Amino acid sequence: MYIDADPGLCIGSGQCARLLPRHFAQDEDSGTVVVVDAEVNSADPAVRARLVEVRDSCPVAAIEFATTGERNGK
Amino acid sequence: MPVDTQTQIPAFPFDRADDLTPPREYELLRGNSPAARITLYNGAEAWLLTRYEDVKATLSDHRFSADARNPGFPFVSAALRASVGQKHIPFLRLDPPEHDRLRRMLSREFIVKRIDGLRPAIESIVDRFIEQLLAAGEPADLIANFALPIPSAVIAELLGVPYSDHEYFQERGRRMLSSEFTLEESARAVVELREYLGELADRKREDPGDDVLSRLVLERESSGELHREDLKSSALLLLIAGHETTANMIGLGVYTLLRHPDQHALLRADPELIGKVVEELLRFLSIVHTGVPRVALEDVRIGDTLIRRGEGVIASVTAANWDGSTFAEPQRFDIRREPNRHLAFGFGIHQCLGQPLARKELEIALTRLFDRIPTLRLTGDQTFGPEKSVYGLHSLRVTW
Repeated sequence: MYIDADPGLCIGSGQCARLLPRHFAQDEDSGTVVVVDAEVNSADPAVRARLVEVRDSCPVAAIEFATTGERNGK
Repeated sequence: MPVDTQTQIPAFPFDRADDLTPPREYELLRGNSPAARITLYNGAEAWLLTRYEDVKATLSDHRFSADARNPGFPFVSAALRASVGQKHIPFLRLDPPEHDRLRRMLSREFIVKRIDGLRPAIESIVDRFIEQLLAAGEPADLIANFALPIPSAVIAELLGVPYSDHEYFQERGRRMLSSEFTLEESARAVVELREYLGELADRKREDPGDDVLSRLVLERESSGELHREDLKSSALLLLIAGHETTANMIGLGVYTLLRHPDQHALLRADPELIGKVVEELLRFLSIVHTGVPRVALEDVRIGDTLIRRGEGVIASVTAANWDGSTFAEPQRFDIRREPNRHLAFGFGIHQCLGQPLARKELEIALTRLFDRIPTLRLTGDQTFGPEKSVYGLHSLRVTW
């Protein structure tokens, strides 16, 4: 599974960077989302639950998941 | 519930059920109708949303505008009307693309990592006011000596406003936000604060510091991206939005923990829980009790209700955060609640810009206060402030 985040939608609320800093950060100039590590290898249900929480907590729905990494950074 | 005598439509905002419980009306309305008619202070009517999913969806729906200049925009108080003004609108009350342009100039100031870096500065401010509280002698007012001055000192440092002027900006901030004052009094406070910030911006141009206002002047105003009037609007928003809300959360947070000794004991046993405590306080207290105002730009259906273009909507984050279909036993203050996707900071493009700072201040203030004064307790003397657009305490007497 891959993380697909859209910096064009992002308003820099920082929910993702707060909840899952292993995968998300914020651009230091614009504050918008930066995917640090797009690939999610873990089958751990706790990690998966946290990813869903990150997606649902994004106030502008800028985060989705994809089965391949090609769409990332659109 | 109190109703408008002529129309028989409930008058909003409602009274809280008790100090720590939102109005009972929310529960009733949530069960009956997803969108309920209400009357506002000036007799205008609007729709009130009380369900979590509706509030969340509406706040992220571009068909609902935050721009108060649109006809039909619902003002919940004269103070809100005054704070929005007529000529100069803060980005909180603007729609894209102008909103996004102005907000993005500030986003980097509130990056989670950057706010983490402010920890030592916030800690030293918090410690200063703990000593002030102790020096005040028992019983001391925790609001005046601790809860109110901390956010003022923090935002003053971040923004580059001299803390020595705090009485000037705090007093005017109160006039902007409280329904105790008339439209004229609130409007005058806005004018005075704008002038104050304009003069300060001039001084920053001559003698810049390492602060947000200096960066706005030197980087954004100089390049022509940011006009002076917009600069004053953004600076005013940061100055005012940050201190009353955070101060109220600190005061009510201390009160709530002391009123829930079982939950407080869990935190004492495991200080790492502070992050979750802060989230649950945000949900449980939901201090923005006058809700988030929007106006429909086109006809929108919410459940079976048709909201027509030009009609006002109040999305109640307080009601949403106590919606039992999202939060099991919402009336329970439960610091282990997981997940806790509350809407205390709003949702959508206007979600609170300063939330990483607010979280950090709350974490540090609560942690250090109880570390330094573990015997802190209530004396049974406190006054609440339901008349403000943001719920809080006027005073909270404590002893130790």
